[in-house]
Amino acid sequence: MTKADIVTEVYEKVGLSKKEASEIVEFVLDTIKNTLKSGQTVKLAGFGNFVVRQKGKRKGRNPKTGEEIEITPRKVVTFKPSMVFKGYVGTGNSFPAEKAAPAGVTAEHK
Amino acid sequence: MTKAELIEHVSEKVDGLSKKQTEVVINTIFDSIKRALSEGDKIEIRGFGSFKIRNRRQREGRNPKSGEPVRVPAKRVPFFKAGKEMKELVDS
Repeated sequence: MTKADIVTEVYEKVGLSKKEASEIVEFVLDTIKNTLKSGQTVKLAGFGNFVVRQKGKRKGRNPKTGEEIEITPRKVVTFKPSMVFKGYVGTGNSFPAEKAAPAGVTAEHK
Repeated sequence: MTKAELIEHVSEKVDGLSKKQTEVVINTIFDSIKRALSEGDKIEIRGFGSFKIRNRRQREGRNPKSGEPVRVPAKRVPFFKAGKEMKELVDS
């Protein structure tokens, strides 16, 4: 699945042209990106939280040459899925027959 | 930023898009990602990132209260990997 499929779903659901749907999806994603750029967390209830985390410097290794290198401090984006989202993808080795979240899992996990 | 704030921002910036429509658009985006993963599919959004399912093996855990060992069953969890553009933007 790609962005084009998401745009199609939005287009089918809302009374917009394909071009408008595409622009709005793009704008939503850009808004999330720019919010994260400013260091702010994006919390989407029922989906999950995107958080920017500061990583310190650490030692790494070039896997090809085995050479030791220093990994510089950096900021990274992490995603913490909500309990609802986790419920969707299932807990066992098979996919849940029911696509809904398990009963009792309604609270948003912080 | 919360979902409500995201809806507010998008409906203000896009001409002719009501708050209600914006809400439907945003819910549709994230519902389609959830549905794709629940069907075992993965999603790649260029410049943003990709969502996949990661399998977590069964492991031995411990009840933090009683110290009693417990078995944590194998499970699937949603996993997000930031795209190149997103990585560079956040670290700039």
